[in-house]
Amino acid sequence: MVQLTLPKNSRIRTGKTWPKPEGATRTRTFRIYRWNPDDGQNPRVDTYVVDLDDCGPMVLDALIWIKTKIDPTLTFRRSCREGICGSCAMNIDGGNQLACIFGMDEVKGDVAIYPLPHMPVVKDLVPDLTHFYAQHASIMPWLETKSNEPAKEWRQSIEDREKLDGLYECVMCACCSTSCPSYWWNGDRYLGPAALLHAYRWIIDSRDEATGERLDELHDPFKLYRCHTIMNCAKTCPKGLNPAKAIAEIKKLMVERVV
Amino acid sequence: MGYRTDYARVQQLGSAHEGVGHWWGQRISSLALIPLTPFFVIPFGRALGGGHEAIVATYSTWGNAFVAVAFLLVGFWHLAQGLQVVIEDYVPKKALRVGLILGNTLLCGAFALAGVFAILTILLRG
Repeated sequence: MVQLTLPKNSRIRTGKTWPKPEGATRTRTFRIYRWNPDDGQNPRVDTYVVDLDDCGPMVLDALIWIKTKIDPTLTFRRSCREGICGSCAMNIDGGNQLACIFGMDEVKGDVAIYPLPHMPVVKDLVPDLTHFYAQHASIMPWLETKSNEPAKEWRQSIEDREKLDGLYECVMCACCSTSCPSYWWNGDRYLGPAALLHAYRWIIDSRDEATGERLDELHDPFKLYRCHTIMNCAKTCPKGLNPAKAIAEIKKLMVERVV
Repeated sequence: MGYRTDYARVQQLGSAHEGVGHWWGQRISSLALIPLTPFFVIPFGRALGGGHEAIVATYSTWGNAFVAVAFLLVGFWHLAQGLQVVIEDYVPKKALRVGLILGNTLLCGAFALAGVFAILTILLRG
């Protein structure tokens, strides 16, 4: 739903400026969103200075450096550190990125870091993705078959397998869905670009036998048709995928069923 | 506060099995408006400065009247569909949303019919 102003208890205040690391010659300033559900305070933006000679080049390196060397209470998700797990998605310098594969040198000036937009915050940079994952589950992200199981495997030609390229690589980081204004306003009903990209990945899979049922489920003014081709999803995807194109392909298949 | 699971919340009332007609209709009406708009606007613009007589003269011909009727019907159809999408996007309160969609459909329909009636009156009565 549309909210143009933040509620009073969500308004962001200026936070603490932490002391600069002693003896550091090459430094970078980070302004990081902080919110703790247990202290009853409004969110704030804390300022940290990172010693670049003691830290790796990626934004996640800097966050880990801050957590290790300055402030152990800073909370964020991370795991693989190579853009595969999708855990460290956050809003960096105004765009949604995976902190582990986003270099500090890609930002001019101070590095501003916020949690993914328009999601409930669990703590600091950790958003609540429960609803997002439930939306993913709702599109039946698995192979649906009705024929008898083959003796060995469900076979697929090289050409049909190639149709999944640009779709299967999605790591469900939520960067695309949380950059989409339609998802901001109607995220409770609109499935969002990530779930729809996954839906198309199974619709287009030559081995799947539930294409019609999948399209039936998506045939809804809110689940699918809230996409207005804004393209933020394609612009922000850290894996270089194009969810907007997948959604357009679903819309084309919907038309194909009626004309 | 409720105890419905997130999966149940996502499922809501299930799929409406509707939407492709609206989406396809928007595309068809957009395409139709590409030729209709200049064919309507140019004679209308020429007649606009000439007062009542010029308007009557313009729409007393079958060609201009046909284009004007088509433009009004397709244009208001397109407008109604477009505004409905905007309402669905930005108005979360259910009662207000339903009221606005109803008002939008009725008003666009009424304006289209009024325009068509005016054109046909000029054409048939002069």
